[in-house]
Amino acid sequence: MNKEIILRVNNVSKSFGGVKAVNCVNLEVSEGKIFGIIGPNGSGKTTLVNIITGFIKPDSGSILFEGENITGLPPYKIAGIGIVRTFQIPKPYYSLSAMKNLVVPLYSTRILNLVEGKTGDRDTVALDILEEIGFERDSNTPYKPASSFSEGYLKRLELARCIALKPKIIIMDELFSGLSVSEITSLIPIIEKLQMNGITIIMIEHRIKELFRLADRVMVLNFGERIAEDTPDEIIKNELVKRAYIGVAEDAT
Amino acid sequence: MTEITRRKERIDRKIKVLTEDIYAISSLRTIVYILLPRFVFIIGMLILPLMISSMAWQKILIISCIFSLLAISYDFLANFVGIVCLGGALFIGVGGYISGLLNSVLKLPLYFSIPIATIFGGIICTLFLIPCLPIRGIYFAIVSLMYPLLFSRVIQALEIFGGTDGLPGLDTFPNIWFELYIIVPITLIVTFSLRRLVNEDFGIVLRAIRDNEQAVIASNINVNRYKTSSVFIASIIGCFAGAYLAHLYGWVGLSLFALDFSIFPIAATVIGGGGTLVGPVIGSIILAPLSEMLRAFGPLRVVFYSLILAGLVIYKTEGLVPFLERKYHKTERWVDV
Amino acid sequence: MNIILFGIVNSVVLALLASGFALVYGVSRLANFAHGALYILTGFATWLFMNRIGLNYLLSIIFSILIVTIIGGMIYRLLLIRVKGLPASEIIASLAIGIAIMEIFRWRGFISEAYMLPPFIKGSLSIMGVVIDWQRIIIIIAGLILMLSLWLFTHYTKVGLSLRAIAQDRRASMMAGIEPDKASVIALALGSALAGISAVVILPLGNITVETGYSVLINAVAVCIIGGLGSWMGVLGGAFLLGFAQILSTAFLGPNWQMVIVLLFIIITLILKPSGLLGKQKRLEERV
Repeated sequence: MNKEIILRVNNVSKSFGGVKAVNCVNLEVSEGKIFGIIGPNGSGKTTLVNIITGFIKPDSGSILFEGENITGLPPYKIAGIGIVRTFQIPKPYYSLSAMKNLVVPLYSTRILNLVEGKTGDRDTVALDILEEIGFERDSNTPYKPASSFSEGYLKRLELARCIALKPKIIIMDELFSGLSVSEITSLIPIIEKLQMNGITIIMIEHRIKELFRLADRVMVLNFGERIAEDTPDEIIKNELVKRAYIGVAEDAT
Repeated sequence: MTEITRRKERIDRKIKVLTEDIYAISSLRTIVYILLPRFVFIIGMLILPLMISSMAWQKILIISCIFSLLAISYDFLANFVGIVCLGGALFIGVGGYISGLLNSVLKLPLYFSIPIATIFGGIICTLFLIPCLPIRGIYFAIVSLMYPLLFSRVIQALEIFGGTDGLPGLDTFPNIWFELYIIVPITLIVTFSLRRLVNEDFGIVLRAIRDNEQAVIASNINVNRYKTSSVFIASIIGCFAGAYLAHLYGWVGLSLFALDFSIFPIAATVIGGGGTLVGPVIGSIILAPLSEMLRAFGPLRVVFYSLILAGLVIYKTEGLVPFLERKYHKTERWVDV
Repeated sequence: MNIILFGIVNSVVLALLASGFALVYGVSRLANFAHGALYILTGFATWLFMNRIGLNYLLSIIFSILIVTIIGGMIYRLLLIRVKGLPASEIIASLAIGIAIMEIFRWRGFISEAYMLPPFIKGSLSIMGVVIDWQRIIIIIAGLILMLSLWLFTHYTKVGLSLRAIAQDRRASMMAGIEPDKASVIALALGSALAGISAVVILPLGNITVETGYSVLINAVAVCIIGGLGSWMGVLGGAFLLGFAQILSTAFLGPNWQMVIVLLFIIITLILKPSGLLGKQKRLEERV
């Protein structure tokens, strides 16, 4: 098993006005593993994702990908080196069909470089990817405009967008939110398959039960700070985590 | 009970479903169904010059083609890339002045000055507009609107490029048929090329930028580069129109930067139907004659069409081409039962 | 000294012109391109009241400003509210309305030189060796009073505070029970009033022409671009920067260079800091 650290976040902090959204957070993600991030609402999870993927610049700290410092790179470049993300609220291209939605990432520099210009027919590749994530190929579904899809399908489309970029790391920002249990259950094999193909996955989630089935390690954030990082079994037993979620009255210390 | 022997049936029955994607070439009937409106449009535009008797009206047709180029570029940027460009006058003015200067100062014949003005003007306009691309769209709209107003005042103030009087005595085209049969095919070519472009992969990316810029960024695409390219495309179309106009009338002046050229394309697009690239052409063909007929009323003409524009924009009308499209698809005919 | 005094006057003029536009944009995110039209509307209305109806100067001013305020609010309430949130349509609609208003005046013959408003106090006085007319002094005083009143209004009155709140954070204000539509109508009415007040104070310096309307629009927008939409200090800073630059250029290069300066400054601003001097527009990526 590959034990290389593929992503290292060092002492990253970010404040918005007077609010410290992310406070000196450290984490290390091993290649090929699934890394979970949980925490109550407002704990800074999405801000952290935005910082890693370049949408927000941190006040201090650095991000290292495969040993290289990527702090401060613009988001499209970070996607270009192989770190892709889904958005909490799906951002499909509503006026385009599902298939054409995927043409966009397939048109990216990364794909052009990876396949050395021989992209083949982007439409066909798009259909292949859609089939992988559960869009029936022979039906009308890939041709329907994105505006006609339900939340579940839109989330899959988000994932498809990531897959299309042949990433090394996929950051899934609350992929499971808004989905029914059966929809989540049908997504889990897809995520496992991605991991088996060597892709590192970072999952921000509120659905702890499902996440703990998948994750190799889990980090807990509260008020922008890391309060724990361990295997799922240990996290469940962790007192600090319980307090953060449930809010037991604190002692004078 | 009377027997029903006939019923109404939509003409696109059994065809509509096939018209999407590759099934369109599966039968002659589908091909005709799809091509017919396009055919009518193209042939119509090509023989229209021959059908008009008076020279005045032929000039109006030329003007409407020039305006339609501006309108197409507005529609392209606004509805396919998501960039609202209110600087039609910028393109006309820059294209016109460059061509005029090349022609009168450097004595280049118009067959050279127009293409050079098109490319060069396109580059210049794009350069002026690039800084506005990374920030909120409203800045682009405001700045693009302001530039022509400022440019004309600067030219006037500094008395350069002919100042208030302009540059007269430019080359004109040999005859009216030349004028007509260069601009009309070019209008058609631009219309159909852009329609093709927006369905090519490059165009898909542009449309994606309009729908959701952030997702495009997250897909490893340098959005600013694509926006710049699309602004360049729009600029060269607009600058060509300006250069053509300069040689149509044989002079350039401050009026090339008039607000008229910024508003007209928007009005034409709204009337004809935005998002279709054909709508602006139809809209211009309707609006240009109307505008000429009202010229007798002086400033009231501008009042008239600003109010119309305000009304159309506020009441969010659909536009003529989408309306016609709907009617075409829903046309019914009698069929024996 | 000459330069300093006239520089101040010019800057205050620009600040007055820009304040209405900036206020409307700050509160309702609407770029009101009818601003110039409302400006000359006040001027012409005052003239009409004085010369066709025979009211005295003060009453004419008051009525005109009132009318313009109401018209401004009505334009929003009846028309622009329907395109709220669509920046393209907002600009086009407000521009179209503005042009319609201005061109109606042109059509009705308001283009000759005869339309002037008398200065409030005739004559001039001398400050440190520079002769400056009273009207210009009045402009400075009016500007100061206006800025002060606006500051007090937005910091101490309930309505003003709610406008400020919406300008800072729309959603949070909505959650606090402030209705954005009502605020926008008020903002537009206020913006029109500001345009009107600026008009009656500044127009006595020259003629009222339709072209003035377009120039006002250009200047107001330029100041806002240079100073940064959404920041009061930015607008003031932009006004003073542009104001002094124009006066300096007039002194050393000639009066024709004013517009050139405007264009130059806009280009420089766009190259160096597109969102303006103190502008707070975030780059697109950051608006996740």
